[in-house]
Amino acid sequence: MKYIDEFRDGEVARGIARRIGEEAQPGRTYNLMEFCGGHTHAISRYGIKDLLPANVNMIHGPGCPVCVLPIGRIDNAIQLASDNKAIVCTYADTMRVPASGGLSLMKAKARGADIRMIYSAVDALRIAQENPAREVVFFAIGFETTTPPTAIVIRQAKALGLKNFTVFCNHVLTPSAITHILESPEVRELGTVPLDGFIGPAHVSTVIGSQPYEYFAEEYQRPVVIAGFEPLDVMQAILMLVRQLNDGRAEVENEFTRAVTREGNEKAKSLVAEVFELRKSFEWRGLGEVPYSALRIKDAYADFDAERRFGITYRSVADNKACECGAILRGVKKPTDCKVFGTVCTPENPIGSCMVSSEGACAAHYTYGRFKDVKIKAAESPPAGVARSAAIPTEVR
Amino acid sequence: MSTVKADYIRPVDFRNGRVDMTHGGGGRAMAQLIDELFAASFANEWLAQGNDGAVVQAPAGRLVIATDSHVVSPLFFPGGDIGCLSVHGTLNDVAMNGARPLYLAASFILEEGFPLADLKRIVESMAAASRDAGVPIVTGDTKVVEQGKGDGVFITTTGFGVVPPGVEISGNRARPGDAILVSGSIGDHGVAIMSLRENLSFETTIESDTAALHGLVAAMIEAVPTIRCLRDPTRGGLGTTLNEFARQSNVGMLIREAAIPVKPQVNAACEFLGLDPLYVANEGKLIAICPQQDAGRLLDVMRAHPRGADAAIIGEVVDDPHRFVQMETAFGGRRVVDWLTGEQLPRIC
Repeated sequence: MKYIDEFRDGEVARGIARRIGEEAQPGRTYNLMEFCGGHTHAISRYGIKDLLPANVNMIHGPGCPVCVLPIGRIDNAIQLASDNKAIVCTYADTMRVPASGGLSLMKAKARGADIRMIYSAVDALRIAQENPAREVVFFAIGFETTTPPTAIVIRQAKALGLKNFTVFCNHVLTPSAITHILESPEVRELGTVPLDGFIGPAHVSTVIGSQPYEYFAEEYQRPVVIAGFEPLDVMQAILMLVRQLNDGRAEVENEFTRAVTREGNEKAKSLVAEVFELRKSFEWRGLGEVPYSALRIKDAYADFDAERRFGITYRSVADNKACECGAILRGVKKPTDCKVFGTVCTPENPIGSCMVSSEGACAAHYTYGRFKDVKIKAAESPPAGVARSAAIPTEVR
Repeated sequence: MSTVKADYIRPVDFRNGRVDMTHGGGGRAMAQLIDELFAASFANEWLAQGNDGAVVQAPAGRLVIATDSHVVSPLFFPGGDIGCLSVHGTLNDVAMNGARPLYLAASFILEEGFPLADLKRIVESMAAASRDAGVPIVTGDTKVVEQGKGDGVFITTTGFGVVPPGVEISGNRARPGDAILVSGSIGDHGVAIMSLRENLSFETTIESDTAALHGLVAAMIEAVPTIRCLRDPTRGGLGTTLNEFARQSNVGMLIREAAIPVKPQVNAACEFLGLDPLYVANEGKLIAICPQQDAGRLLDVMRAHPRGADAAIIGEVVDDPHRFVQMETAFGGRRVVDWLTGEQLPRIC
């Protein structure tokens, strides 16, 4: 497939891997955080870790929009559908995120709540037009990538004079989350999370540009390389980070030049600025309350704000005690450090949010990589006449 | 003197008519629909008898029974419709047990208000599929549900067939060292349906691969009677079928991404829709597992058959008590091909 296969070429990947191996200095470790779930997914799906030397570690970041959504906000959405009898429209991944009382949007739907899975924010607007007698709420989630489409439908709803359409806004901001991680005691004081550099977001950066990362590259002296979501993008970004660290540089570099500029998408940014403003504080699952890390709808569009129309009150709900999603989202723990990983908590029955979306660190590891966790024992004796050559190498990581 | 009028009933209006509750009520309207549509289209001696069941000659040997419900949305799609799909789906389930299909039964749940013209098109498509396959639809049933309680039409078909002597095909027979083959490109059906739903058009239309595979299976079994496992990777796709085999046989699988045939337009659509072709449904493909030494011959036979022209050997069965299906990615790494979580595409068949 043109423009896709070029970025998944195994030959080129081995070439980059060789260079990473040559340039990564022995006796030094390179701890790199990929912020985005899209990168986490690519790393797991294409087996990128298999190509990296042992002293280059990838740490999964919190950049999975579904994963960072706190339980209380999902509870709010369920209440909108069950108590306010609204049609709640949302993206597919949000459906399975565990809420309070053993519920999720999916389970609430099975109990009769009118919750609809949509592909695009525009679908929610269409549903509102088709159901003029019903309240229709778009449960909007996501980072800067999904914010402009939400801004567009709010503007369209206003232009159409729709009275039954509102948005429950849960849009969050990437740079503040990265800063929060860098400010955390684990990184700053305890040193339990060694973080040497970041692979910066792909799609988010197409909107906000590379400029917003310049502050913390300089302030915290950590290099950032913005990379696309294809596996070669990730490999190239790792090589660029290794080089920056070897040179003692802490710059923002852009590997994803085919889509990202320094300034980003001015039109999208101005749309967002017209409709949204900063929230003083927002709770992130795993990170807790993070100041100025999310958006809310401006007064000029208050008629389309579900929080105002329905008087939604937020109540913080603690995660399941056994769940390590919080620590995993901060990079403090790995999925396999969690006691319930792969036993009680699986993609079919997620306890924590990292197991829900395919971009979540736990789901990605469970789905693509968990065979590396177990030592595969050879059978006692092979069945008669069967060659053993095909057995899987007994690799343990 | 009284005159009795000739026994005339106005024919069913297949141009503008719609299904109403009387078509399932057991009265004259239902009898008329059965006569003029189902019995007329499927046209065979068993339906002509007008009994509630079919009395057929019991074949000697081992009987295979398979049943499948079809709820696909939309009902008509490039490459087929719910009618031929409901025939192919069940014929294939019978064939994947190594059997030669002999008879089909069909059951319809119709929604009040469904256009009779569409129903006629669907039934005629079933009739054509059954004729092409040489397997008659010998008995059936029709029910009508109120508007809003169905989605146009749901079709359940049941197939009967016999397994030739000496053939032993089952999902639990895969052994380490065996070869894994696929009969052609994967993901066509699911992507055809999804592109239609999402109004996506590509330079070339992606057509469903819906097809009956019992002819291909018969040729394969004749040439390589040692085939151990056969299955058509419908919902859940190739990835799910391999996991089913791995669990049933208590083995692992190792496949090579580069060897799996996927049409470029299917790949492109999957990329666009965020789907993985490994998990996208097929309706005219099969997965076969056979001893390694027979794989070359089996591949030749499959490629010589029109339904298997793009067949490929995609990997082998390995010894693994964890029953992982692993894949060497074209990129050079290795990953698990896990069970599908949740539902990738609803109402696909």
